[in-house]
Amino acid sequence: MDMVKIKKFIRKKKPADWIRFFVMWLSAIITVFILLFMVGFIVIRGVPHLTPSIFSPTWTTANQSLLPALFTTIVMVLVTLAIAVPFGVFTAIYLVEYAPRGSKVVRIIRTTTETLAGIPSIVYGLFGYIFFTIWLGWGISLIAGCFTLAIMLLPIIMRTTEESLKSIPDSYREGAFSLGAGRLRTVFRVTLPSAMPGIFAGVILGVGRIVGETAALIFTIGNVVRMPDSLLAPGRTLSLHVFTLANEGMFVDQAYATAVVLLALVLGLNALSTTIERRFRQRLQ
Amino acid sequence: MLKFRETTMRIVFLIAALASVAAVVLICVFLFAQGLPAMGEVGILDFLLGERWQPLHRETPVFGVLPFILGSIYVTVGAIILGVPIGIFTAIFMAKMCPKSIYGFVKPALNLLAGIPSVVYGFFGMMVVVPILFDTFDMVDGRSMLAASIILGIMILPTVITIAETNLRAVPQELYEGAVALGASHERAVFKVIFPAARSGVMAAVVLGVGRAIGETMAVTMVAGNQPAMRMPYELFRGIRTMTANIVMEMGYSQVGSLHQGALIATGVVLFVFVLIINTLFSMLNKEKNIKDDMKKEAAETAAEPTS
Repeated sequence: MDMVKIKKFIRKKKPADWIRFFVMWLSAIITVFILLFMVGFIVIRGVPHLTPSIFSPTWTTANQSLLPALFTTIVMVLVTLAIAVPFGVFTAIYLVEYAPRGSKVVRIIRTTTETLAGIPSIVYGLFGYIFFTIWLGWGISLIAGCFTLAIMLLPIIMRTTEESLKSIPDSYREGAFSLGAGRLRTVFRVTLPSAMPGIFAGVILGVGRIVGETAALIFTIGNVVRMPDSLLAPGRTLSLHVFTLANEGMFVDQAYATAVVLLALVLGLNALSTTIERRFRQRLQ
Repeated sequence: MLKFRETTMRIVFLIAALASVAAVVLICVFLFAQGLPAMGEVGILDFLLGERWQPLHRETPVFGVLPFILGSIYVTVGAIILGVPIGIFTAIFMAKMCPKSIYGFVKPALNLLAGIPSVVYGFFGMMVVVPILFDTFDMVDGRSMLAASIILGIMILPTVITIAETNLRAVPQELYEGAVALGASHERAVFKVIFPAARSGVMAAVVLGVGRAIGETMAVTMVAGNQPAMRMPYELFRGIRTMTANIVMEMGYSQVGSLHQGALIATGVVLFVFVLIINTLFSMLNKEKNIKDDMKKEAAETAAEPTS
């Protein structure tokens, strides 16, 4: 029976119900208010300071330009994706298309990815520092940060790819097999292309994570303002830039402005990811 | 030729799949290999239960992380006290009360809240929460256990709400209808029947929130004050340092290979163990729910079969 039909049988509210009713509404209002207030506050304080000087191509202590940080962020995103996406997608392909259901390997991989997803970013930062920076001798460098982030990203990309592949109806695969395609051909010509939007949504979600990350990067890429001219050099991403400006407390206006750019980037990416994901689901149905 | 390509690629996929396993193994091995010796050198009990942290003391450096373990627990509990009631009520609202028109606005808003980077939370805390606390309570410094709890309480909201909502929606509609048929009002049915039925799922949401709160680093470091001193739970208005903050604060200037750095990595090991325990708890609670789902599905399938 659907809600409309049930509605007329439901008893009227008693005093206790009114209290429950108001508590729920109040909580929801508080949640939404906090969100709007937080984003609104930063946008209102930051937008007036989005002056040309903050986008100036050369950074000086006076202008605190965010351009080097922005470029570093973009470079980090590209390199990290280049490492994480093949591994994540291939893992998902193995789990969905190749591995026998419920096999031991699948169980182990699933447990480890769950573990990876739960590790806090500061622990990744520590590991990245111990392993990539010191043990492998890469020093404080963008590439050490990229590898650290790539491990962080694995579970996200893997999970979204796996879900997209699973949502492709088996009839697609059966159709390909019956036309004589091998498993590999089926994967690359049929299932993977159909699952592409879902995978893409996951990748964009991952980009959002990279852009917003701080704790995993502070010991791996360091905190030096510089244009990203080499992957072996240290640098500073947008998030680290906000963190440093805020902590120094001398360029609060620039911190607000940078935070606005960061928020716009991350929220935009998340919104894009959700939209693609929704379209993908609709098209499958 | 074709056979060869198939086999190679199967192996390539398998190797890629094993990368995540390798990553977990590497993380464990390297953290423990670097952290445990330092812990041993300090003395495990002295390290875990030591109340003083003076890593740079010239004659006798002391490495006790109890203040940070307690600090992490305090701010997490604070976040739970502040964030969980609001989160759970909001989840109930969204699952069972919310008019469709409002849902279309609140749900995306929540997704946005989940995506805000932790530096932005921390920055907001520094600029808004800390000064307000400073003025209201006449504190020495607004950066305090309370400030950290408030920010963490906000940060766990999306996690708690999303998971609790999913689990509340999973409760079979028949339970609700039964309650209404027995004369319960809508609110009573939701609170007395649906909510208890989703209990383990809601607990899972809280546990995942705890995991997020205890591992959070940047936002906490920016608003907690970070004094490495023992605090009592009621010292809400004084600065506190968590395990995560301890690592971030001192890693930058610790000497490579020194006992100091080892002790910081060991702090990370303690945090790692905490998080592993919390995650195991979460997957146990969530599994309970999955098993219930499976039983439900089976029951539905048997019911759907035509009886002869």
